[in-house]
Amino acid sequence: MNKTLFNSGHTACAGCGQSLAARLVIDAAGANTIVVNNTGCLEVFSTKYPETAWAVPWIHSLFENAAAVASGVESALKYLGKKDSINVIAQAGDGGTADIGLQALSGMLERGHDILYVCYDNEAYMNTGIQRSGLTPFETNTTTSPIGAQSLGNLRPKKPMPEIANAHGIPYVATASAGFPQDIQRKVKKALSIKGPKYIQIHVPCPLGWRHEPGLTFQVGKLAVETGLYPLIEYENGKLANVRKLTQVKPVSEYLKVQGRFKHLLNNPEAINKVQEIANYNIEKYNLSEVTT
Amino acid sequence: MFGPLISKPGSSRNNQTGSWRVEVKPKFLQKNCIACNMCVLICPEGCIQGEGKNTYMCDYNYCKGCGNCAAICPKQDIEMVKEQLEPTRAKARGT
Amino acid sequence: MKEFLEGSMAVAKIIKLCKPGVISAYPITPQTHIVEELAQMVADGHLDSQFVNVESEHSAASLVLGAVATGVRVYTATSSQGLFYMAEVLYNIAGMRLPVIMTTAARAISAPINIWNDHQDVVSLRDCGWVQLHAEDIQEVVDLHLIAYRLGEDKSMMLPVMVCMDGFVLTHGIESVDIPSQEEVDKFLPGYKPLYKLDPENPLTLGPLVDPEYYMEARYALEQTQREALVLIPKLTAEFSKVFGRTYNGLIEEYRTKDAERVIVAMGSVCGTIKEVIDELRAKGKKVGLLKITSLRPFPAQNIYEALKNVPKVGVVDRALSLGSYAPLSAEIKAVFFGKAKKPTVISSFIAGLGGRDITKDSIKEIFRLLTTKERQCEFIDLKPELLKESYE
Repeated sequence: MNKTLFNSGHTACAGCGQSLAARLVIDAAGANTIVVNNTGCLEVFSTKYPETAWAVPWIHSLFENAAAVASGVESALKYLGKKDSINVIAQAGDGGTADIGLQALSGMLERGHDILYVCYDNEAYMNTGIQRSGLTPFETNTTTSPIGAQSLGNLRPKKPMPEIANAHGIPYVATASAGFPQDIQRKVKKALSIKGPKYIQIHVPCPLGWRHEPGLTFQVGKLAVETGLYPLIEYENGKLANVRKLTQVKPVSEYLKVQGRFKHLLNNPEAINKVQEIANYNIEKYNLSEVTT
Repeated sequence: MFGPLISKPGSSRNNQTGSWRVEVKPKFLQKNCIACNMCVLICPEGCIQGEGKNTYMCDYNYCKGCGNCAAICPKQDIEMVKEQLEPTRAKARGT
Repeated sequence: MKEFLEGSMAVAKIIKLCKPGVISAYPITPQTHIVEELAQMVADGHLDSQFVNVESEHSAASLVLGAVATGVRVYTATSSQGLFYMAEVLYNIAGMRLPVIMTTAARAISAPINIWNDHQDVVSLRDCGWVQLHAEDIQEVVDLHLIAYRLGEDKSMMLPVMVCMDGFVLTHGIESVDIPSQEEVDKFLPGYKPLYKLDPENPLTLGPLVDPEYYMEARYALEQTQREALVLIPKLTAEFSKVFGRTYNGLIEEYRTKDAERVIVAMGSVCGTIKEVIDELRAKGKKVGLLKITSLRPFPAQNIYEALKNVPKVGVVDRALSLGSYAPLSAEIKAVFFGKAKKPTVISSFIAGLGGRDITKDSIKEIFRLLTTKERQCEFIDLKPELLKESYE
């Protein structure tokens, strides 16, 4: 039997990026970990009573308070003198982090709790049926930012959560992607070796919400990184310490055309161009390109 | 008095999600495998395991047939093949 | 040891003796003094506790939820708007069967914004599943906290408990209080031994998704546990009496109700004033009494029935409203007697003391005067009609 701390038999959709990332995170963290989870797809598909996929102590409270509940777990462990031997991970989706969970997250980061916060970014409120969140990208079709005769979808850029986390002065911030599974585990292990609050945001494709084939999860994740739309970066003590360089920069259209949520952009070069501008901005800002001209 | 409140660890294994497969399933050729472990890492169900070259196999009781393992294998040593449904399920699907 | 203390300081002192491992703090008038005193105790090394300044009341409640789930005794305090901000977490804590003990400084709710004492905040949350105890004076506030920890952490309960003290009146009032010694407290209150907790040695999943096949039983169990608390509370107060020498029923207090013709039912600090008025009127031969409700939840219906079944005229004083319907406490008192052969001839309902308006001895005498055979429905005492107008110009 597979020795994993996130067991099979959970009811995630076939090809779910979040379930594969969650398993990678907890297996990297190990059995001496307490997990605090917000409401969302992960919580729902992994703990439908009486079954649970988790083989570590795990608690779910509400939608927005994983960071606060985790702060309580961490404080209790400190009181018991056990904090050094037990990891605390707080995890949530993008809505539960950037929108409704921002206050609790900010408080936890500001107070300096020794907790790793993991945001599973599938770029919408997926559990409730694909609604727009603060991390939904530009020109995305969701049910509350639908395309229509007068709309090209969500017209706001992604909230820069890694930068917001970094601005709190925490020791480690990183982005990761389901397209790079070993990188996820490396970053989780690295984060857990550091004392203090850490923030990791993992880009996780959602076959249902992004409208792509279930077997393309990891490829879609990879494309997001290879186009520059989802830079893989690490901040250490406030400074940009590491980026994953792109030896080959792919045009955003390659990423957009495999997902139904961007179907409306395909015959609209002007709209695609706006997305390309976002990718170009990222490439320049983080100096991602290794392409020699 | 207490009611339904707390779940015991790992009990999700009672739910054999392999029954979700209807179209394709992975076939582990075990010919050119280099034991890179990528299929193990990428499986959303975590149901692939192996130890050394050409030993990798998934647990069909849990495999949902998503196909990510076949997509990631650098040696194309995993193929998605047509699922052979039991007669009752095949009939229900009209196949 | 008897000390002359501000209510908030008395609370801080008893909490210190209960040795919570994690305290979460967020300021809101009029409970702020409590958390300030506790902060000073921690800063001076007199209290070994993780004192966490959270960024909102919602997080204050969430933080103690996480800490008590990890197996450590906790404490927090709030009031009014803060209580409402953490409301969803309170329901969550009760449903998850975690023993959080919290002080609520009962205060009026916005709008209009008002920081003074009434019961609108706590009474509005009587449905959340917490045990809700109301104190009359600072001594009772102190004693109820001790009983609350014993009650909530009891292995048959695992229930959160809210101790309500009237804002400003009791939080900022100064009285002579007997604060027990650490030995006495340790005799009555052992360390917290959780029934279940987050522990890598025994990994459990707390707070799962529960579908229609299982949910009702979880809520039924919570309801039954509240009823079991009705039996446990008097047992604990009896034990309390043996250790500390002060006697409480824990559910109600009957003050000169035995042969009373008119009885007022009330909660909180106003009961002290009512007792003084009763003594004055009794000296003049009037047969009056007070039924003090200590435990609003669990609601001691049987005790109330026995206390009032032979009383002809009962007046319920609510310091809260259920806007658009019967005043909350009066509705529950009336429900006790429906279908019963023995019951008061009249149960009148009075609203008094909202937003900190003083309930004076004259106000109470007025209520006794209004306690006739004519039933009063939501009668506001000490209302100023000159401030009201039919239309807005």
